[in-house]
Amino acid sequence: MPPRSRLIGLGALLLLLVISPPFLSSYLLTLLTQALIYGILAMSLDLLLGYTGLPSLGHAAYLGVGAYSVGVLTTRYGAGFWFTLAVGVLVAMVVAAVFGLVALRATGVYFLMITLALGMVIWGLAHRWVSMTQGDNGISRIPRPDLGLPWSLANPLPFYYFALGGFLLALWILWVIVQSPFGQSLVGIRESESRMRTLGYDVWLHKYIGFVIAGTIGGLAGVLWAYYNGFVSPADVELATSVEALLMVALGGRATLLGPAVGAAAIVFLKNLVSVYTHRWLLILGAVYIGTIVYAPEGIAGAVSELQSKRGGRAGRPQAKAEA
Amino acid sequence: MEFWVIQTFNGVSYGALLFLLAGGLSIIFGMMRIVNMTHGSYYLLGGYVGLTAIWRTGSFPLAILLGALAIAAIGLGEYNAFLKRLSGQELGQVLTTMGFALIFQDLGLVLWGGDPYTIPVPAVLSGSYQFGELFFPIYRVFIVVVAAAVAVILWLVLERTRIGAMIRATVDDAEMARGVGINVSSISMAVFALGAFLAAVGGVVAGGFVGVYPGADFEILPYAFVVVIVGGMGSLKGALIGSLMVGLLDNFGKALFPELSYFTLFAPMAAILAIRPTGLFGRA
Repeated sequence: MPPRSRLIGLGALLLLLVISPPFLSSYLLTLLTQALIYGILAMSLDLLLGYTGLPSLGHAAYLGVGAYSVGVLTTRYGAGFWFTLAVGVLVAMVVAAVFGLVALRATGVYFLMITLALGMVIWGLAHRWVSMTQGDNGISRIPRPDLGLPWSLANPLPFYYFALGGFLLALWILWVIVQSPFGQSLVGIRESESRMRTLGYDVWLHKYIGFVIAGTIGGLAGVLWAYYNGFVSPADVELATSVEALLMVALGGRATLLGPAVGAAAIVFLKNLVSVYTHRWLLILGAVYIGTIVYAPEGIAGAVSELQSKRGGRAGRPQAKAEA
Repeated sequence: MEFWVIQTFNGVSYGALLFLLAGGLSIIFGMMRIVNMTHGSYYLLGGYVGLTAIWRTGSFPLAILLGALAIAAIGLGEYNAFLKRLSGQELGQVLTTMGFALIFQDLGLVLWGGDPYTIPVPAVLSGSYQFGELFFPIYRVFIVVVAAAVAVILWLVLERTRIGAMIRATVDDAEMARGVGINVSSISMAVFALGAFLAAVGGVVAGGFVGVYPGADFEILPYAFVVVIVGGMGSLKGALIGSLMVGLLDNFGKALFPELSYFTLFAPMAAILAIRPTGLFGRA
């Protein structure tokens, strides 16, 4: 279990997320909503990258599958929220289940390249399967969901709380998973695959289940993204989005769950605020990529715990150890 | 019949272009295990530099040479300053090279603007050969010839020279190679620069038929990766066969099943991986 100071910090952060929004401008509110949704994506990738040690370069695929499910179901069939949610998440799960079979045959650099190529399959379908996805035009005018609540989700504030609900759900699920014996085994696999195998663990099955869970939760992010944006296009599925998700995890700090969510928020705010002031935001984003690796290889969370241990406080982020 | 001949020819010529990128990429992968997201940028920037060179000098061969040398220097700088110290850190490599790819993308926009350009090709290379009813653009034949020449030279260097033997030794077992006194780090540097050089040659050559435009970098990158995955890392033969396969699959996929064209490219790749996880000619 994490130290108490960490729990207090977590509680304060959540409280802030719950009570501050009514006082924020609607622009900040939409950015914060966006940060929450990308936070879900980054946390789900963290299960793979941070906890299992599998750097997937195709995680945008699940975001895309979830988002396109929403786009097609709502604009063509007028499907309701719960049905769309179930289908979107389920389709992402199926895609992850298929991709996992192929990708997990490889390790290391090969795993990176194979997940990249698999991600491109989804991008290719989004781009080319015009009769289903409307190609580069994307699917627009996706309506906000109607949950039969007194507050319309078309307004930024109710939608923010809606996204916050999704975020907390994903955080809770992932938190339970990484604390469970299963999650600890994933960490064991990250640290030493051969040792886990010798101990009798079915390494492949553990990785596979982790892979499918990560994809499924990525699908949840996609469902929310489509509802938030009202629009889905191949740009949501492209390689740059997958790499950006990796950056969010690395920037926030691997294997910390909330770290990647903070990383996601940092990138979302950076992209939007910088692009207000300059057209050269690609240059700045590129510098952030390089700077993260050069100056903060352990991410924000790593920097924070280093600071704590320097002060002589409770040292280090909770390093999960494989239970032998 | 006509359809099949022309599409096969188009596929082979696109495969030839891919080989220029993937040949170097494959050896880089094999030696240094670097997932280089900047490789597509080398291709695009090479095209841009070649474009400027041909505007200034009017010479096509000079455009290829200048483009390739400039990019080789950029690649060398990137490798020396950043990638060398990230060996073995896949995530660090991906993010660093992605950072460079974004910076180069923006640099391309600043220096050359957002408009697509075509590199003017010399009169000798324009026009078509005609066989009966069929026309074969000379320029595409030229690309096949260039790629074949590069393949032969690379093969000769790798198989018949001392340096080639050192490279192969490093691909097989870098630690052992270092142990027997091979200067692995200089060889790695040279190979990295060569990969960038070839990618830029590809970029200039491609500028003559698909053009030079923003976005070309990330468009071609996945193709180059797929070639390496299918062929196997570090194998020249694999890169050659992989390039032809990907070129043909892509071309026939686009012609026969336009809506599923990427699927027809990636599904066979997945099938090959299911049977041979290290690619057709790769070793674990």
